[in-house]
Formats: sequence, structure tokens, C-alpha cells
Amino acid sequence: MFIEYIVGLSGLIAAGLFIYGLKAMSSPVTAVSGIVTAGYGMIFVIAATFLNLFNVTEAAKPHLLVNLVLAILALVLGCAWAGWRGRTVQMTAMPQMVAIFNGMGGGSAACLAAVELLSDDPTSPLHLTITVLGALIGCISLTGSIIAWAKLDGRMKKPVRFGGQRIFNAGVFLIALVLGALTVMQYATPMRELPRDLFFLAALLFGVCMTLPIGGADMPVVISLYNAFTGLAVGLEGYVMNNPALMIAGMVVGSAGTLLTVLMAKAMNRSLTNVLFSNFGDSTSSAKGPQGEMHSVDPADAATTMRYASSVIIIPGYGLAVAQAQQKLYEFVKILVADGVDVKFAIHPVAGRMPGHMNVLLAEAGVPYDMIYDMDDINDSFATTDVALVIGANDVVNPEALTDKSSPIYGMPILNAYKAHQVFVIKRGTGVGYSGVQNPLFFQKNCTMVFGDAQAVLSKMVEAVKSLGGS
Amino acid sequence: MITATSMTFIIALYIFMLAAFTGYVVISRVPSILHTPLMSGSNFIHGIVVVGALDALFNATSISGQIIGFIGVFLGAGNVMGGYVVTDRMLAMFRPSQKPAPAKKEQQ
Repeated sequence: MFIEYIVGLSGLIAAGLFIYGLKAMSSPVTAVSGIVTAGYGMIFVIAATFLNLFNVTEAAKPHLLVNLVLAILALVLGCAWAGWRGRTVQMTAMPQMVAIFNGMGGGSAACLAAVELLSDDPTSPLHLTITVLGALIGCISLTGSIIAWAKLDGRMKKPVRFGGQRIFNAGVFLIALVLGALTVMQYATPMRELPRDLFFLAALLFGVCMTLPIGGADMPVVISLYNAFTGLAVGLEGYVMNNPALMIAGMVVGSAGTLLTVLMAKAMNRSLTNVLFSNFGDSTSSAKGPQGEMHSVDPADAATTMRYASSVIIIPGYGLAVAQAQQKLYEFVKILVADGVDVKFAIHPVAGRMPGHMNVLLAEAGVPYDMIYDMDDINDSFATTDVALVIGANDVVNPEALTDKSSPIYGMPILNAYKAHQVFVIKRGTGVGYSGVQNPLFFQKNCTMVFGDAQAVLSKMVEAVKSLGGS
Repeated sequence: MITATSMTFIIALYIFMLAAFTGYVVISRVPSILHTPLMSGSNFIHGIVVVGALDALFNATSISGQIIGFIGVFLGAGNVMGGYVVTDRMLAMFRPSQKPAPAKKEQQ
């Protein structure tokens, strides 16, 4: 009895610390303390859970020692593996790492449900239904996250699509639902094992099917969605386990994750149904694209222009991260700032592979966050800016999104780089952007291309401004 | 008449509603630069599922229950640890510039 109170209250304290931590994480100033606070909550509640060892069911008592050893072993192994992976992973590979850890959470919730469904204790149909529902969502999150990881990690290059895929997927989902219902109905009969096992297989399969046709560009939205899914699964299993801490933490993440997913989809001008059920990029064959001539200049000339400009806005894109050129870029920026140039970074909401991913990459290079501006805060400044420097970004500065109703990216908010007096674009070649659309900005009179790998171009720019000497 | 069981269920719905609202409010004021760390942070928080997995494993009575419970705790522990480490690494990088931006000098 006494133990129940201690464990229950520890969960309450942990849930409070989680919410407080999440709140603190919403400002850059307090963000670090936020995750630490949440971390204390987690250690506390996990430690308190071990008190439940004194409170197990009669049937489990003979197995207690084995179970304890298994629990400690699993905890140590899981922490060691994830800690090692988390510490060593490259910052550019962070989105797929988040996908994997999220999938593990979904898998854990599914396992929890599976153990509950194995037991012979009599339970109510309501209880069972919620267990099965949590298992379904957890399984989808597990296999879906694994596919998302494979796509972001470049292990799965092309979206898998075939005729009638939507009907096939709907079929798999329906089968999973029916099997889930059978699992609930047959729970008390000896025939319960077959539908239960098949249900888990169908749920796992649906996670794969659901994610396969979605293109790599949409993966961040999908990961965010699965993050919300895992939260929901955890919340439902919390009800099953009579654990309010799981219910609160799970549901907070479920709703926060859903909101985040909607915000991300909105920033890309795609509705969630669009992301999940349409095949983006299929309409590219009809793209005629604007015609004209691109002007190009060598890096040293572009660098000199920026050195003697009074204001420069830099628009970094994923191409910058792929070339691992953030450090070089900041080196270049530091020289400009030292010479009195007003330099700002403009970040499109979907720059990088996730909202905020580009900010993380810049932060890793040491760029202070007060030099970094959101799209809404900086878009009016372009008209009064001397130079806009676009590095490895394309669709997010495509003015067609504002003007051409037939364009697939019409309506997507863009950074108004085209309004700057002079635009430099560092780009590897003349290719089109992720959406497959040609960018009329590149043919504008005030736009000049600097062709080459971002890392190499920026090195040349650094050399060029260094040779000019300090002012 | 409300029985104890249905009351538990209804209280659960209340908890879900309030928690969902809390999550919505907390996230809606976040600047977009923190979206990725925050997704990772919320990823860490749902790692609390490891607590449920531990309870399930403690009460496992069969070999299959122990195996699945073991996998569950392993996955949950990975979720907790990985989520924390990744979030911490990302957040550690956010720092303001040491001094205010230098005043603009006359150009040429």
C-alpha cells in the first residue's frame, strides 16, 4: 500500500517536471535547463519504479529474480547503445537518429501491450480495446520510423509506389483493425493466440506500407507525426498500466507533436493528407521552366562585392549542410562582420531537413543565435539589403511560388531574396530544386551564380577577403 | 449510476484532455528555431514508456512474456537515453554572441 503511494507520487512529480522542462525548452535562454529538468524527472521515476518489485502479482513472484536481472540488463544495454549512437552521430544525420529513437519508443509501447495481452488475468473489453489500440499505434510508429530512417539515411533512395497502392494500404489497415477486434473478442477463449499474433504482424506491416510511398522531402513531417503517434500509444498504454504519469507524458507529447506536425506541413504549404496520400514530385515532367541565361562570376569577385557591401543576408539551405561548409561559412561571416558589414542569416521554416535543423547546424558551427532570423522577421528587409547570398537553397527563394498559379510550389511562403539589390547563388550546377521546378530567380538581372561545391567556393571567398586585408 | 470502473475511465479521459491541452499550449509559443530540439525533447519525454515496460517485465510469468518484456525495456531505455543525449547536444549549441554586433563603420 505504502509503496503504491511512493511510486504514484514519483510519477506525479516526474510529470510535473516534464511539463516544466518542455516549457523551459521553448526559449533558447532556458532550453538547456529544460532538458536537464526533464532528465531528473525521468531518473527519479525510473528509480521509483523499482520499488514495484515488492508489489508484483502472486503469479510473478517465483520469476522475480530472473525478471529483475533481465530488467537491469535491458536498461543498461539500451542506454549504452543509444548513448553511444547519440553521442557519435553527425549533426547532419540528426533527423534520422530522432526517427530511430522515436521508433524505439513506439516499439516499447507495442511490447508493453503484447506482454499485457499474454497474461491470463481477466480484464474488461474496454481495457483490452485500449491495449490493442495502443499496440496498433505503437507498431505503426515502430516500423514507420524505421522506413523513415532508411529514407533519410539514403539507404532507400526512391519512394516505392505501385498501382492501387492506396487501396492495398487501406486493405492492410482494415485487416489490422479486424484482427485487433478479434483479439479483443477472443481474449477469453483458447483460440486467442492466432488473431493476436496476426494482428501484430498486420500492424507492423501497415507502418511499412504507409511510409513507403512518401518521398524523402516529406520525411520530417512524417517523423514528427510518428513522434505524436508514439506519444499517443504511450498515453493509451499508461491507462492500461494504471499509470497516470505515462498518460500525461504520452498525451502531452501526442498533442504537442500533432501541432508541430501541422505547423511543419503548413510551412511547406502541404496539408497533412497531401503529405500522406499524394505523390509529390510526379508532376515535374510538365515543368517547362523559365528560359534565359544565367550569369556567373568567380568566388573572389562575389566575395569582394560582399566585403564592400554594407548589408548581407545569407540564406543557407540543405546543400550547405551536405557540403559540410557551415564552419567555412561562419569563418567568412566573421571576417565580414569584423570589417563592419551587417550580416544576418535568414532561415526558411523548412530549411534543412526539419524545422530548426538549419539553426542547429549553424549553431554547431558557432553562429550566435541572435544573428539568425526567421522568415517573417526578415522578409521585409531584403528590399533594403545590398547582397543576398543563397547557399545550397533553391525552392525556398523561388519567386514563382508567389506569382505562378500553375507551379507545384505555388503558395509556399518564400524568402524574398529576389528583392535584394544583388543576389549571389552558390550552387553546384544548373539543376532544379527538390520540388523539380526551375527557379526564375536565377535568370533575373540582379542575380549572379557562383558555381561550385559550397565548401570549395567558401574557401576561395575566405582567401579573397583575407587578401583584401582589414579595413 | 457511476461505478468505480467507469469512473476510472472517465477520470482517464479528463487526464487525457488536460494533458492534450497542456501540450498544445506549451508548443504553440515556441520559436521555429527550437522546433527540432523540441521534437527531440518530446521524443525523450515519451521515453517514460520504459517505466510501463519495466512494470510489465516485473510481472511477466512466461518465457515469451520475459522475452517481449526484455525487448520492451531495451527499446524504451534506448528511447530515453538517445532522446536525452541528442537533445542535450543540440541545445548545448545555442548560445548568444559574446558581444553585441559591432556598430556599422563607414564604408569606403
